[in-house]
Amino acid sequence: MIERNLIEKTLTEALKTGGEFAEVFVEDKRASSAMFDDGKVEELSSGRDRGAGIRVVVGETTGFAHTADISEEGLLTAARAAASATRSAGAGSHPKPLEVVTAPSPNIVEIFPELVEKRRKVALLTQADEIARSQGAAITQVSARYGDSRRKILVANSDGVFATDDQVRTLFSVSCVATGDTGMQTGRESIGRPIGFELFDEVDIEDLAQRAAQRALIKLNARPAPSGTMPVVIGSGGGGVLFHEACGHGLEADLVNKQASVFAGKIGETVASELVTLIDDGTMSHEWGAFAIDDEGRPAQRNVLIENGVLIDYMWDGLRSRNDGRSSSGNGRRQNYQVLPMVRMTNTYIANGETNPKDIIEDTAEGVYVAHLGGGQVNTATGDFVFGMTEAYLIENGEITEPIREGNLIGNGPEVLNRIDALGNDFDMGSPGTCGKDGQGVPVGDGTPTLRVTSLTVGGTAG
Amino acid sequence: MQEELLRVAESVVGWANENEQVEVVAVHGKETEIRVYQGEIESFTAAESHGIGIRVVHGGRQGMAYAGTLEEKALAETFAEARDNASFGTPDQFMSIAEPDGVEPVSLELLDPALGSFANEEKIAMALELEKSICAADERIIGVESTEYVDSINTSAIVTTTGIRRASYEGGCYLAASSLATDGTDTQTGFGYSVGRNPHQLNIQKASDEAAERATRLLGAKKAESGRRTVILDPYVTAQFLAIIGSTLSGEALLKGRSLFADRDGDQVAASFLTMIDDPTDPDSFTATEVDGEGLASRRNVLIEEGTLTGFLHNSYTARALGTVSTGSAVRSYNSSPGVGPLALTLIPGERSQNQLIEEVGEGMLIQGIAGLHSGVNPVSGDFSAGAEGLMIRGGQLAEPIREVTIASTLQRMLLDIQNIGNDLERLPMMSTGVSIVVSDIMVSGA
Repeated sequence: MIERNLIEKTLTEALKTGGEFAEVFVEDKRASSAMFDDGKVEELSSGRDRGAGIRVVVGETTGFAHTADISEEGLLTAARAAASATRSAGAGSHPKPLEVVTAPSPNIVEIFPELVEKRRKVALLTQADEIARSQGAAITQVSARYGDSRRKILVANSDGVFATDDQVRTLFSVSCVATGDTGMQTGRESIGRPIGFELFDEVDIEDLAQRAAQRALIKLNARPAPSGTMPVVIGSGGGGVLFHEACGHGLEADLVNKQASVFAGKIGETVASELVTLIDDGTMSHEWGAFAIDDEGRPAQRNVLIENGVLIDYMWDGLRSRNDGRSSSGNGRRQNYQVLPMVRMTNTYIANGETNPKDIIEDTAEGVYVAHLGGGQVNTATGDFVFGMTEAYLIENGEITEPIREGNLIGNGPEVLNRIDALGNDFDMGSPGTCGKDGQGVPVGDGTPTLRVTSLTVGGTAG
Repeated sequence: MQEELLRVAESVVGWANENEQVEVVAVHGKETEIRVYQGEIESFTAAESHGIGIRVVHGGRQGMAYAGTLEEKALAETFAEARDNASFGTPDQFMSIAEPDGVEPVSLELLDPALGSFANEEKIAMALELEKSICAADERIIGVESTEYVDSINTSAIVTTTGIRRASYEGGCYLAASSLATDGTDTQTGFGYSVGRNPHQLNIQKASDEAAERATRLLGAKKAESGRRTVILDPYVTAQFLAIIGSTLSGEALLKGRSLFADRDGDQVAASFLTMIDDPTDPDSFTATEVDGEGLASRRNVLIEEGTLTGFLHNSYTARALGTVSTGSAVRSYNSSPGVGPLALTLIPGERSQNQLIEEVGEGMLIQGIAGLHSGVNPVSGDFSAGAEGLMIRGGQLAEPIREVTIASTLQRMLLDIQNIGNDLERLPMMSTGVSIVVSDIMVSGA
């Protein structure tokens, strides 16, 4: 994307005012999408964003500037702007010679998005609309969206790291509205992988559209969700959001270092039921949060965070690991070149258990079964977190019975982790997610087997 | 900058052939973000960015393309992509670029020269002072997780083949902090902020007091018993609900059968004293703007008047499709085509302070913060359920702190169950203005 000697020149310029560390992050991203709604192909859109972000670190201070002008003049101007914020008394240092860092990509792309004719993308949308509407006259509205992106990055820093990655992602979603006597209900399904158009060789659009429509239809007959504390069984796949919120964010070193996490200072301690082994794995082949190189030039890693209930390690980016005299865990990510990297999750999941999921439900007298989760949110300092249920049922006498309406569940991370008393043997990854932190969104994956929490607060309206 | 953006947009519009309509949006943003931590600058970001969005409509089909640069070569590529994308849409008789509607924008003077001339050293000093002030406010404050000063100046120009040619700019700044407090066993967080058009309007003391009080008053919080209660929503919480209610009143939701208020025009949908307006022409509103996303003059729209639903928001497309006129409510960024939504929502304030409302309510709960609204509100069905924290109200006074509960109802019921509106309008760094409201019969789920 940019000549090596220009990168070196930029790093040298960035260190001139006494910086201890400098980094150049160059990104060239192309994205395209096609939107179908209300019976029409509404719009195709394509875009390109290209630029560089430069940071300079002195002591505890980071100076940052970005530019869409990646000519020599543009890069040097940005380097000086980043350096000016961190002017120190020290003499200027020189960057180490660049050495190429490589890592095998967990994602093998066969059909790059730019090589796919637009009409093929559009055809998928029309197909999804037809299938969803055929599920019943009560389906009154359908929208479908196709999106792809190709993001090339180059990261180089004054420690001598020089790395590149080429990240492709393809995403497809269907949303339905069903209308009945009790008003409108919605159902959504999505699939996404860090690969190209070959995604649609392995994914059945019909199946996806059917499930979205059925989700909306089921809820037409749903009763209000119960209210109060009760056992909750979470189905395999989508349940990963629970861990993403209950402890994932709390294990990010930037929050831990500021004492803004309930998990600060607990390495080596038992923080969860012994059934729980939590892993964050950026190398997980073809999963939504996977990549070869993180946004700081570090190869993706598989990191065991909690093993049999014991806290093993946090997740780290470059800045936080430097301060702690250790190496990054490959979790330094950023939304785009216009922002600083932070500690972020990749694919976060709970390792498989041993129990037959059927037995878990039969063993639950009364409670709620959550088949599909929506998003969530956590306050890492208190550990309190919420997550939404987009498809859920009552459990009565060990059986899944009536559907219930949407709502949030609320719990406290450390408490909930200790209340997991059953773990199924049916591990699966969930839907592609976008994790938001500090206003930045990055693609993440999650997964779990079926599991039971002995008590969680269900936030419905039924007394 | 305005002239430069207009020139670029005009040159691209000039490439249109006679069979197509073209709309070009060109934007420029300048932002400073300063974060401080433990008396040091944690990060200093100086950012400047450009963007262009091009929409081509041909035979009732639209295509969109964008780029994060104004380079000549990129403009040509982007235009070609937009034109190509337009050939794949389904022909739609109502699809067209907006046309001038004769409404002149109100001059709001949203860029205060004092913002551009404020020195970086002074911005840094303000952030440091805020952090110091919070730490000194209460001995239970153990730190401030993040303290930031942010300012931005945004300029945009929009030019179309249909005769629209407008530019606008807006500047604003804010201070925000999130404090950490502990009583030895329990830890709580609290945020505080202050917004302004220029840094001289920022109130460090207000931001500090709020951040300290919000964290310390929650220390020792417990779950509440489940039950139906009357709650008071803090201004910040009300503002988040307003944004969602506003989105259900979009012409797009109506047109596509996704509005829970379809066929309710003229009905009583809220308490009789409630008036909700979307008024981007109020310069005190943080998101005030002179023009909307299609280059039409922004305007004051009354959505609910004394409890009666009086209208929906429209852009030029939804207006055309539904046989009405645009309300100047096109929302978009350079990388999207125009949607429809509120630009600056507010309720007309009532007469009581929050303290008076607490006294009048007698028994209930003050909701200080909510979590998970993005996953807990369904704007199509109206069901909502959100994580909540706050303080019990007993005997007309604030009592013990509460955490880890949810509040749930439907948006439809909540609007009708509003018992009172406070006089404490609060400008927030977001699209809606906050004010305390009293809502009865909310299900609180806890122990």
